[in-house]
Amino acid sequence: MKFSKSPVLKDELAPWRARLVLILLLGGMVALIGRSLYLQAINNEFLISKGESRYERILEVPATRGRILDRNGDVVAISTPVKSVWAIPEDAQLQPADARKLAQMLDMDVRELNRKLAEDKGFVFVKRQIPPELAERVMAMKLPGIHLQNEYRRYYPAGDVQAHMVGFTGVNDAGQEGMELAFNDQLAGQTGSRRVIKDRRGNVVEDVEHIKRPIEGKDVTLSLDGKIQYLAYSSLKQAVTDNRAKAGAVVVLDAKTGEILALVNLPTYNPNNRTNLIGSQLRNRAFTDTFEPGSTMKPFTVGLALEEGKVRFDTRIDTGNGKLTIGPATISDSHAGGVLTVAQVIQKSSNVGASKMALSMEPADMWRMFDSLGFGTPLKLGFPGEAGGRLRPAKSWKPIEQATMSYGHGISVTLIQLAHAYMVFARDGDLVPLLLTKANGPVSGDKNIFSSQTAREVRAMLEMVVQPGGTAPRAQIPGYRVAGKTGTAHKAEAGVYTNKYIASFVGFAPASDPRLIVAVMIDEPSAGRYYGGEVAAPVFAQLMAGALRTLGVPQDAPMKPIDLGNEDVKESM
Amino acid sequence: MARLNLILLLIAVGCGLATVTANHRARKLFSALEKEQQQMRALDVEWGQLQLELSTWAAHGRIEKIAKERLQMKMPQPAQVIALEPAP
Repeated sequence: MKFSKSPVLKDELAPWRARLVLILLLGGMVALIGRSLYLQAINNEFLISKGESRYERILEVPATRGRILDRNGDVVAISTPVKSVWAIPEDAQLQPADARKLAQMLDMDVRELNRKLAEDKGFVFVKRQIPPELAERVMAMKLPGIHLQNEYRRYYPAGDVQAHMVGFTGVNDAGQEGMELAFNDQLAGQTGSRRVIKDRRGNVVEDVEHIKRPIEGKDVTLSLDGKIQYLAYSSLKQAVTDNRAKAGAVVVLDAKTGEILALVNLPTYNPNNRTNLIGSQLRNRAFTDTFEPGSTMKPFTVGLALEEGKVRFDTRIDTGNGKLTIGPATISDSHAGGVLTVAQVIQKSSNVGASKMALSMEPADMWRMFDSLGFGTPLKLGFPGEAGGRLRPAKSWKPIEQATMSYGHGISVTLIQLAHAYMVFARDGDLVPLLLTKANGPVSGDKNIFSSQTAREVRAMLEMVVQPGGTAPRAQIPGYRVAGKTGTAHKAEAGVYTNKYIASFVGFAPASDPRLIVAVMIDEPSAGRYYGGEVAAPVFAQLMAGALRTLGVPQDAPMKPIDLGNEDVKESM
Repeated sequence: MARLNLILLLIAVGCGLATVTANHRARKLFSALEKEQQQMRALDVEWGQLQLELSTWAAHGRIEKIAKERLQMKMPQPAQVIALEPAP
C-alpha cells in the first residue's frame, strides 16, 4: 500500500499546524541570524578579545637609563641588567637541604632566608640585583615558588673618587644625588610596551601595534675630567690624612668656559656599596657647607678699592703696629707690618690694611660687589641642598662689620662660590655661569664686575702671594706662574670663635693666561699646622701641576726648582 | 562556461595557497628579525659590561699603583724636565 493511500492520512489535520511549524522554524532561523549578526557585526569586541587573548601577548619593551660620561668619553655611570630573586612564600616550601643550598648560593644566612620565606605576604624579595649567571644557576634548581625579575643596576667604575660629583640612583633607578639627580629627566628611560602575536612555541610572529614606544635614556657628557678628578682626590686625601683633618674639599674650574672639571669632598663613600653610609660621608661640602672664608676675601676688597680709584697698585697704607681699633673692637695683624703698599697688603695678608681700604668705601658698593660675585645666593646647579651662604643687607652693617667682611669674617660662603668668584680675576673682570656638562669652546661673559685693568692688577698681587715673602710659597709650581690667596679662619661654633681652623687656598694658573682655577678647603687640620699656606697650598700645587700637565697647557715660566724663601710669613686671622 | 568556471576556481585556489605561503614566510622572517633584535639587545648589554670592565681595569688609582709599585716609575724632578717650544 502506498503511503499516500494510508488511512491515517485520511483525517485531514488543521492547516494551521503546518503553518505554525513553518513559522516556528522561520522564527528560529531569524533569531539565529540576528544573534550571529549581533555577535559578529554589532557587538563583536567581546569575541575578538577572547580570540586575541589566545594568541596575542603584551610585551614590555625595556629602556635603559642613559650613561654618564666624563669629558673624555670615559664611563662614569652605566646601567647593566641584573636579576632579582623573589618568592611567593606560600608556594615556596623548601626542603632544608635546598634552603641551605639556595642561601649559600645567594651568599646569605639560611635563617634570614627562612625568615623571609615565612613572611605572611604574597610577594617577597629574596635577594635583589644579582648577576645574571648566578640567577640562571638559581633557576636551574627548579625550586617551587622562586622566581626571577629583570632589573637594572647602576655601576660607578670610579667608586669613591667621583662619588659626590656623580651621585647615585635609588633601587628603582631614579636619581637621588649629584648628577644622577640633576640630569634625571634626561637620563631616565621610559619602559614601553607592544602587542604581538605568538605562535605555539612562544615565538613572536607578528607585531600588532606599539602601545607605547620605549624612550631610551639619553647619555650625559659631564664637564668632569676623570684624570683631574683623580689627581684632586689623591692630593686632597693625602693632605687630609697628613694633617689629621676632619674633612676637606677641592673644586677645579676651567677659567675659559666655567666648566667644573673636578669636585672632591672628603670623607667620601663608595656609590656601588652604600650599606653603612653615614651623613658626613654623603655631605657634598663644596656645595652645602658654608664657612667664613677669611683672607681669601681680601682680593675682592682690594679689587673694589682699585676699581673705585680709592687706591692704586702702589698706594702706601700705614698698618702701624698691626692694630686698628673701631669702637670697642680691635682688628689685629699677626705681626706689625708698618707701611705696606696695597700689593703687600695682599701678599702679607694684612687685616688692618684691608679694613682701612674697606672703611674708605660705601657699604652699599661692597654689598653690590659681593652680590654680583654670587655670594649670598645658591648657584642653583641642581645639587641637592646647595647653600647660599650669608651676606647681610648693607643697611645693617656697622663699621666694624664692614671692616671684618673685607677680610672674610661676618660673611659665609661655600667653596664652589669662592672658586667661582675668583673667576673674575682669572678672566679679566667678568664672570660666566658654572657648567656641569661639556662646553664647546670658550664662553664669553657678559657680567663685567671689574675692569680688565683692575683684574690684571689684582692678578699681579696674587702672584706675589706665592713668591718668597708671601703667605703661600708652597703653592709654587715649577714651569708655571701661579696666582692665589691663602685663607685661615677660626671656626665659629654657636656664635663663638673656637680654636679650630679652616685652612683654604684659592688660586689659578698659568697667571699669564689663566686656564684653571683650584679652590682647596681643609676643615680642622689638627696635626700642628693650620695656616692655609702650609696646609691647603701644597694640595693646590700638587693638583695644579698635574692638571696643567694633563691638559698640555704651555709653560709660561722657566722650569726650575721652587724657592720657598727663608722667612715664614704668618697670615693674619 | 564550465571551463571558464574551472579556470577561475583554479586561480582562486592558487591565490589562496599563495596567500598562505606569503603569510607563513612573513611570519618566519619576522621571527628571524625578532631573534636578531634580541641578539642586538644582548650585545648591547655585553658592550655595557665590557665598558664597565674596561673602566674598572683602567681606573686611575689602579694604574698609578701599578706604575709606582710594579714598574717602579717616578715623577720627574723639575730639573729633569726640558720644555720644548712648539715650532712657529
